[in-house]
Amino acid sequence: MTETIFKRPKYLKDAVFHYCPGCGHGITHRLVAEVIEELDIADRSICVPPAGCAVLAYDYFDIDVGEAAHGRGAAVATGLKRVLPDRIVFTYQGDGDMAAIGTAETIHAANRGENITTIFINNGTYGMTGGQMAPTTLVGQKSTTTPGGRDTKRDGNPLRLSEMLALLDGTIYIERVSVTSPKNIRAAKKAIKKAFQIQMDRLGYSLVEVLSPCPTNWKMSPVDSCKWIDEYMTKTFPIGVIKDNSENK
Amino acid sequence: MADKNKGRIKINSELCKGCYLCISVCPKHIIAVSETLNHQGYYPSKSTDSSDDPKCTGCAMCATICPDVAIEVYRD
Repeated sequence: MTETIFKRPKYLKDAVFHYCPGCGHGITHRLVAEVIEELDIADRSICVPPAGCAVLAYDYFDIDVGEAAHGRGAAVATGLKRVLPDRIVFTYQGDGDMAAIGTAETIHAANRGENITTIFINNGTYGMTGGQMAPTTLVGQKSTTTPGGRDTKRDGNPLRLSEMLALLDGTIYIERVSVTSPKNIRAAKKAIKKAFQIQMDRLGYSLVEVLSPCPTNWKMSPVDSCKWIDEYMTKTFPIGVIKDNSENK
Repeated sequence: MADKNKGRIKINSELCKGCYLCISVCPKHIIAVSETLNHQGYYPSKSTDSSDDPKCTGCAMCATICPDVAIEVYRD
């Protein structure tokens, strides 16, 4: 008898992703869809996508989606969750969306302890607009606006948003994961599942930061991009649980 | 009759964008680049596992890392 080990998750539409080859968005989309299927929350989940590469997430997730203006995902999710408290509301945001233009909304939603979940894709660049420097760009990393590499005197330092949010009393669970190997991907799925579970248990704000390859803008092969995350990016953005207060609630 | 615990992968060549992450993680080295283009213009990955001496164990590492959900894994 043939046993199916792996197939496309139920709540991922039968569409071809518009993402570049080797992009981490596809993996993360699949993990979110798998978690939604396993927790059986598809009929009451609402996704709030960002402006950025993942802006067309509504073409892929077979659940309700409410698009937000650039960076305002946390504010839109706050409204949705307060009006419809029985729904599972999550934002799916990139680093340009969340750590640059939406910093204020994100920090205040987290500080209020809004019972929402955020999936934060960190690829250290503005992917959709062509690879400009993002707040999360590493020191020395080349981008179209820092062709000689990011210089801290001129361009400042990489922003560790997850660590910043961990200081706030309103946040319950924050973990940083990566999608560079099957092992890391399994850990990422576990973290995403826990973040959704915390919202279902009405504990408060949960966030999973995903270190995600952007081979096109990094000008590397997909395999080299994954190695680069493991070797360099994790030095500035170490993987692991940054905050977990779920046991104390 | 096929051996127990032998796996089989099915790569949807039209979904594949040729990132070859699957090739880099396959512990049995049975995934290779196809010689023909797909409709998107990429050379997709293909399974080179032979039916006489199947090496695939169905570990699903290729499917786990595939960013385009192009791989399905079965165990016969």
